[in-house]
Amino acid sequence: MSVNGEEITRDIEGRLLLVHFLRDHLRLTGTHWGCDTSNCGTCVVWLDGEPVKSCTVLAAMADGHEVRTVEGLEQNGELDPVQRGFMECHGLQCGFCTPGMMMTARALLDREPDPSEEEIREAISGQICRCTGYSSIVRSIRWAAAEEAGTRTTATDPALGTGATEPAAAATSGSAS
Amino acid sequence: MTTVAGNGHRTAFVDNDQKPCGHGRMLRKEDPRFVRGKGRYVDDLQLPGMLHLAVLRSPLAHARIVSVDTTLAEAHPKVRLVVTGAMLAEKGLAWMPTLSNDVQAVLATDKVRFQGQEVAFVVAEDRYAARDALELIDVEYEALDPVIDVRTALSPDAPVIRDDLEGKADNHCFDWETGDAAETDAAFARADVVVSEDIVYPRVHPAPMETCGAVADYDAVDGKLTLWSTTQAPHAHRTLYAIVAGLPEHKIRVVSPDIGGGFGNKVPIYPGYVCAIVGSLLTGKPVKWMEDRAENLISTGFARDYVMRGEIAATRDGKILAVRTNVLADHGAFNGTAAPVKYPAGFFGVFTGSYDLQAAYCKMTAVYTNKAPGGVAYACSFRITEAVYLVERIVDCLAYQLGTDPVELRMKNFIRPEQFPYRTKTGWVYDSGDYAPTMELAKRLAGYDALRAEQAEKRARGEIMGIGVSFFTEAVGAGPRKDMDILGLGMADGCELRVHPTGKAVVRLSVQTQGQGHETTFAQIVAEELGIPPQDIEVVHGDTDQTPFGLGTYGSRSTPVSGAAAALVARKVRDKARLIASSMLEVSVADLEWEKGSFHVAGDPKASVTIQDIAMRAHGAGDLPEGVEGGLEAQICYNPENLTYPHGAYICVVDIDPGTAKVTVRRFVAVDDCGTRINPMIIEGQVHGGLTDGVGMALMEMIAFDEDGNCLSGSLMDYLIPTALEVPDWETGFTVTPSPHHPIGAKGVGESATVGSPPAIVNAVVDALKPFGIRHADMPLTPSRVWEAMQGRPAPPI
Amino acid sequence: MQVPAPFEYQRVHSVGEAISLLDRLGDTARLVAGGHSLIPMMKLRLANFEYLIDINELHDELGYVRVEPGLIRIGAMTRHRELLESGELAAAFPVFRDAERVIADPVVRNRGTLGGSLCQADPSEDLSAVCTTLDASCVIQGVDGERVVSMEDFHQGPYETAVGDAEMLTEVRFPVRPRGSSAYEKVERRAGDWAVVSAGAAVWLDEDGLIADARVGLAAVGPNTAGIPGITQALRGQWPAQELYSRAGDIAAEACSPVTDRRGSAEYKRHLARELTVRVLRRAVARINGQGA
Repeated sequence: MSVNGEEITRDIEGRLLLVHFLRDHLRLTGTHWGCDTSNCGTCVVWLDGEPVKSCTVLAAMADGHEVRTVEGLEQNGELDPVQRGFMECHGLQCGFCTPGMMMTARALLDREPDPSEEEIREAISGQICRCTGYSSIVRSIRWAAAEEAGTRTTATDPALGTGATEPAAAATSGSAS
Repeated sequence: MTTVAGNGHRTAFVDNDQKPCGHGRMLRKEDPRFVRGKGRYVDDLQLPGMLHLAVLRSPLAHARIVSVDTTLAEAHPKVRLVVTGAMLAEKGLAWMPTLSNDVQAVLATDKVRFQGQEVAFVVAEDRYAARDALELIDVEYEALDPVIDVRTALSPDAPVIRDDLEGKADNHCFDWETGDAAETDAAFARADVVVSEDIVYPRVHPAPMETCGAVADYDAVDGKLTLWSTTQAPHAHRTLYAIVAGLPEHKIRVVSPDIGGGFGNKVPIYPGYVCAIVGSLLTGKPVKWMEDRAENLISTGFARDYVMRGEIAATRDGKILAVRTNVLADHGAFNGTAAPVKYPAGFFGVFTGSYDLQAAYCKMTAVYTNKAPGGVAYACSFRITEAVYLVERIVDCLAYQLGTDPVELRMKNFIRPEQFPYRTKTGWVYDSGDYAPTMELAKRLAGYDALRAEQAEKRARGEIMGIGVSFFTEAVGAGPRKDMDILGLGMADGCELRVHPTGKAVVRLSVQTQGQGHETTFAQIVAEELGIPPQDIEVVHGDTDQTPFGLGTYGSRSTPVSGAAAALVARKVRDKARLIASSMLEVSVADLEWEKGSFHVAGDPKASVTIQDIAMRAHGAGDLPEGVEGGLEAQICYNPENLTYPHGAYICVVDIDPGTAKVTVRRFVAVDDCGTRINPMIIEGQVHGGLTDGVGMALMEMIAFDEDGNCLSGSLMDYLIPTALEVPDWETGFTVTPSPHHPIGAKGVGESATVGSPPAIVNAVVDALKPFGIRHADMPLTPSRVWEAMQGRPAPPI
Repeated sequence: MQVPAPFEYQRVHSVGEAISLLDRLGDTARLVAGGHSLIPMMKLRLANFEYLIDINELHDELGYVRVEPGLIRIGAMTRHRELLESGELAAAFPVFRDAERVIADPVVRNRGTLGGSLCQADPSEDLSAVCTTLDASCVIQGVDGERVVSMEDFHQGPYETAVGDAEMLTEVRFPVRPRGSSAYEKVERRAGDWAVVSAGAAVWLDEDGLIADARVGLAAVGPNTAGIPGITQALRGQWPAQELYSRAGDIAAEACSPVTDRRGSAEYKRHLARELTVRVLRRAVARINGQGA
């Protein structure tokens, strides 16, 4: 299979799950696992350009196909706008669901460069984040969309929500998002 | 430090967020590694020769172990070791102390006492083989009747679970009471109105996305054990391992690398960690144990599980006189509560809420059942979740009974600003607070009056809409060592700060982040105190060989305790820097003025030296002032003088589909007051996460059991956690009432929203169901349970 | 993390290859398509097989939605996402898009297939009710050629289908009739959860606006409810109206046999069977009349 553009050949057991192949055999530990039942989505990677749950795909099934993981998001030393968006908008806390969320976000933006809040929520609805409450993930993805469209203006972008605009509101009345 | 606006407006909107403490909204220093997939979690660790451990667990809730046959498992070609409880017993390791002075089996020897209890473990060459070998262990059980219903656990004919405890003839765990029973009875007798309600806070689970696990590596040559583990409290764990395993403490190094969420789930020591240590001791190889999701849900620290009777007494015009409660607490098979030892019910004593009462009383009985141990977890602030839920629910019941608006009723009874510090009727001293402005701000942000008008219109059309309010005061930052310890370890925290010759610094903490952003927040605190840019400050944590002793991160204690330590240690360094500056500028110390990052001569700002200049001098050639040693560093151990008391006002709006009874949280407004704010972005993130917990607990999360003690919530298919589709875009606001005793006035915010949001949501649902004559319905308010309530038969979940 | 017990992995590249392999390996083998029901069960060791035959490479052969006069054919390897996004399918049978929006989650839908869902035959699964509602028939290929069975015959009970050991489902066929539309509604405790109850309806009107035919199917309320013939009988030849839908709802509530579980009480589920039947009939008829999405 090809992983992040690199051809990989290994002898493996038929039952080896793709997530373990990536983590334990290729040491690409950015892809995590959090459940056994394909509910949590921390294991999301791309298979032939589409996000899949790698805990529920056999490594053997990916033979002859293209896999992309979080380690493949950064291109030529440049962070993907999705990665930057997550940093800018506090789209992560413990970082465990983050790789999966970002892979889904990247696929969404490739298909729909200007997704609405509802579309983003729907797209990430198969993935659980226990830390952020999702609003900041939504903002992060919108930040990336605006960045790619060249429509993002620095601190005043509404996609940033409270964080960036807080001081003005706070001066008289406390802030509201 | 934030100043507070005067003129009776103790709630400051100025200063703090314009010029927040320590650089304000700063992007997180830890994020560059996380967004690249370069986080370092326990399961990412691969050591040469590392073996894998899997735990065999009991399928039954209560059974006697007749025999354990490991022959076939030992014959598996990839298996290196199989260990049973009997083998551990020979080494005196079959039982370990819990954090509540009880004992818990590492591996069961006599009986299994809950489904999922550890019975044996296998160490094999890879994780697949270890899992396969579990199938080859043959355990014969003799089933016993389980004790599942907490209400009948104390019946004389109930089977005795803890027959390992000498002379134990029942399932009683402990009794606890607080407040004044007679005074409270008298207040109830005086009252015009008394309302009581049975209120259940069901068993839930923190379920962090990363499960628990460890890699143990015992080096037989130098006798040193290194344990990488998912722990929120590495130092406390090290000491306990020393006590349990008999290893000298200096030969144990506990490393807590990046943690994929904790929420209290990673405070206790679990048998799996001990098994990994034993596995490494016996094989001489590094041994990794990572539990799967089912193991996490069925065997590790659950939360809540309080069956409460709440009673409230008031005058006709809505002055609350007293609150009384009786609690039946399900502690599972072992008392594994992680709370200060003098507080077996955690900080449930703050059930008097944010109100100025004449009396209060609580009587609690805790029992053993055939369920997993735990109780204090899931961002509960040591049981304040239960306390706040009780009082905020019962106050709403009173509002229902009196026909008053729930906001007005609360406003009427708030502790007034001039009453702080306020001693409650259960003995807690609230440090500071100004509740009315917080409530008013929430009302304004929500557009409360307009919402009530909308609700009236909708009701007339047969639509179902509810508005729920909650107001909470938390007690966090445990705690003063005179009152608070865990297994004899005082709840103080150390901090060390070194400024290098070039003016860069390293600060070492005893607390451990699980996503809260300590590497950023603590750099900001030191930066604020020392004037070194936060980018130049390295935060070291999570490694007992690298950091000073302290009790770790839980109960929202990092900023209140370690944050204070970081500020004070920086001030100590600054004091030394002042001495050096005085000799550099050749003036007396008294003539120096500090402006963030430099000292200058009073009246002559040009005559100044920066902290970087001072650092070089402190390490450089040339004389230092008399009595001043070289170097620029300090350490302290901070013992908080009191807890800190954050508060907040939450308003939730729900819509209920009249046909399907499905609840939609349309809006949620959270106004938090956590004292001085350090990084508003991080604070907002903490609040958002907790609000989502609230939606989970109020609407869907519950660890349920059948009558045989089978856990019905052992996967994320059955234990439902909110996705992005169940939560609204959160609306937040803040007020600032600094803590008077914290060096920078900060109060902690990690658990506020988890504490405050469940009652707001439940109050909203119950408010929506008012036309159906409903005054109370228990969580989780699934569509089915709401529909049953609409039919006039709300039922407790257990 | 849980891992499956050992098995032999085989990959096939054609339907013929799959069937001959199945024929050779018998009941020790199992086909795996998207795997999102099967692999979790194998990880939890609720299901074990000696051989797993991966048919994902058949997507080129069996992943399609073909619209023909009077008939739509959908290949068994068509993934949920493709069903959701097919405009042609949504135009003919909006019930598909309604249902696909609420089946599992978007990432699972990238992988899961129509054939996999139907063959898993979970009683809470949504597509069986959809297909039954649309009067679909299933093409089952075996060593001796193919046979076509109705959904009623395909579905033989919870987790049981008409597909034999050396057979595979290759296609599902849907008759297209004029003046018809359809709708689906699901109540779930949370997005991605299995249904508490779900209901699908398809309605066809005659030239005068009377109901020429109507079918309603339910999921998660007990056996034999993927199609409810009593409703069809009650609706045929009638004017579409709220009262009629209510009667259909009553029949649905009567016909089902839900059990109380963590998803809800039996009484609640029976109530939902009624409520959702009314809703989907109303929406299907509104759609025929060009109203509503």
